[in-house]
Amino acid sequence: MHAPDGFLNAGTAVATGAASAGAIGVALRQAREQLLDKQVPLAGLAAAFIFAAQMFNFPVAGGTTGHLIGGALAAVLLGPAVGALVVTVVVVVQALAFADGGLTALGYNVLNMAVVPAFGGYAAFVLLRRVLPRSRTGVTVATGVAAGLSVVLSAMAFSVQWLFGATAPVPFDTVFVAMVGVHTLIGIGEGVISALTVGAVLAARPDLVYGARDLEVDAPRRRIGTRGFVVAGLVVTLLVAMGVSQLAVDEPDGLERVAIDQGFEESARDHALDRSMFADYATAGVRNESVSLAVAGAAGVAVTLLVGTGLALAIRGRGRDERDAHRAPERTHA
Amino acid sequence: MGAGHAHALYVHEHSPVHRLPPEVKVAAAFAFAAAVAVTPREQLWAFAVHAGTLAVTARVGRLRAGFVATRMLVVLPFIAFAFLIPFVASGDRVDVLGVAVSREGLWGAWNILVKALLGVTVSILLAATTPIPDILRGLERLRVPAPLTTIAMFMVRYLELVAAELGRTRTAMAARGYNPRWLWQSRPLATAAGAVFIRTYERGERVHAAMLSRGYRGAMPALGHPVARARDWRVGLVPAASAAVIATIALVAS
Repeated sequence: MHAPDGFLNAGTAVATGAASAGAIGVALRQAREQLLDKQVPLAGLAAAFIFAAQMFNFPVAGGTTGHLIGGALAAVLLGPAVGALVVTVVVVVQALAFADGGLTALGYNVLNMAVVPAFGGYAAFVLLRRVLPRSRTGVTVATGVAAGLSVVLSAMAFSVQWLFGATAPVPFDTVFVAMVGVHTLIGIGEGVISALTVGAVLAARPDLVYGARDLEVDAPRRRIGTRGFVVAGLVVTLLVAMGVSQLAVDEPDGLERVAIDQGFEESARDHALDRSMFADYATAGVRNESVSLAVAGAAGVAVTLLVGTGLALAIRGRGRDERDAHRAPERTHA
Repeated sequence: MGAGHAHALYVHEHSPVHRLPPEVKVAAAFAFAAAVAVTPREQLWAFAVHAGTLAVTARVGRLRAGFVATRMLVVLPFIAFAFLIPFVASGDRVDVLGVAVSREGLWGAWNILVKALLGVTVSILLAATTPIPDILRGLERLRVPAPLTTIAMFMVRYLELVAAELGRTRTAMAARGYNPRWLWQSRPLATAAGAVFIRTYERGERVHAAMLSRGYRGAMPALGHPVARARDWRVGLVPAASAAVIATIALVAS
């Protein structure tokens, strides 16, 4: 996601830069009290943790590994404002000191990797907390689903920026399907790891989790059954489906433009020459647009089901582990 | 620990570029990258001049070409995407080595390729000639809000410590036979990450208490580099100014 220079046009870079600066300004104002109270050094160390967690690989499948992005995790642990600031700092330092991500791309990189995941992910987290039981399990599940969604949201944000600032005539729906598809897979890993991390913090120091401040520390813990997962799954499916259909309703204008501008003049010859999926999406006109959006929608629903299933698998046997954690609570050596 | 402070990209040297005040270098890097970004893609000569300017700057900064070239690999995934563009883009087709690709797509791919490579070179030159704390000091002098730069300073200070702690945890787990291959086996890893977060947070509380006891009032005292003088600005902005002139000529010519 660390886009280099020249990926989107100058106007989009400036516009997203202004949007990011505005969002950071809001976050700074919101965080002012918390930073006075909770101290800047703590936020700095949390930033170091997020940065280090990004270097920390976890298994995905059959020996391949992925790494955490951490925007939603930071928001749940530190609150959306401080979380957004912390990830912004990570992204900016990566661009300046590690040559990772372009300097003129900072506007959209900060927007997509810090602002959208932190605020969007936290919004999803809060909504999920409303319907999930007020328990540690509820917080853990909400974190996982929100973190998975935050990655997909970030991919959607990039696709929308591509719609306005594309530097090459790759149609919106091609980019949207590719980005959302890939980030759906990444989001599953992000969701599982974020949920388990927050679960581990909750087990030892629940007071450190910003998103769980309303929980009573000594509340009796109930095991969550199938019902919780089904409710969470349904809610997220609805949210995703609504979001995607919203895009489907809003977009045809832009897509039709692309199709009319680029799509028609070369139809017959192209189909004969290149039958790959991408070429199909790119060269097809209006007819295919609803199909590819439907694919995107299906991908969204698949995310949901897979995140839910992955969580169920990962959290299985959770009760036993938590009892162990309770027996040995002094895991905090200097 | 004991590995010292590895600065990701910094090369210890004594050169005019190294000696420039950091705020000048940061501002110059942003200006240069912006000039490259607005250069029209059809003006091939302009990109050649930009690349030449960067090469001269690297030479003055005593950086080896091989060092810069290997560090440029970080943009590889995006360049892979750029290579896909001619095949997925729409528009007129042209034959390249017998394969029909989109003409517009070729231009789009070239645009991303050249701007990404020049941009990452600018970042590498900045990071190779400026230690990270100096970069942050430069940002502070360029009026970036203090909470952000202070958070960044603490992050840089403790990054390796936290990363090493995660690494040691991982080593300890591997030594006990933990070798996960699938996502659902990652629970112990995430538990370790949670434990490291708690340790990090508590370390932050101790660091803050220690700083308060030594007179910390919310801002770090300014040490190190003197503030840039007018001459530093004039010298330091030469590459960026030349890039701006080239970009303007290219914009007018296209």
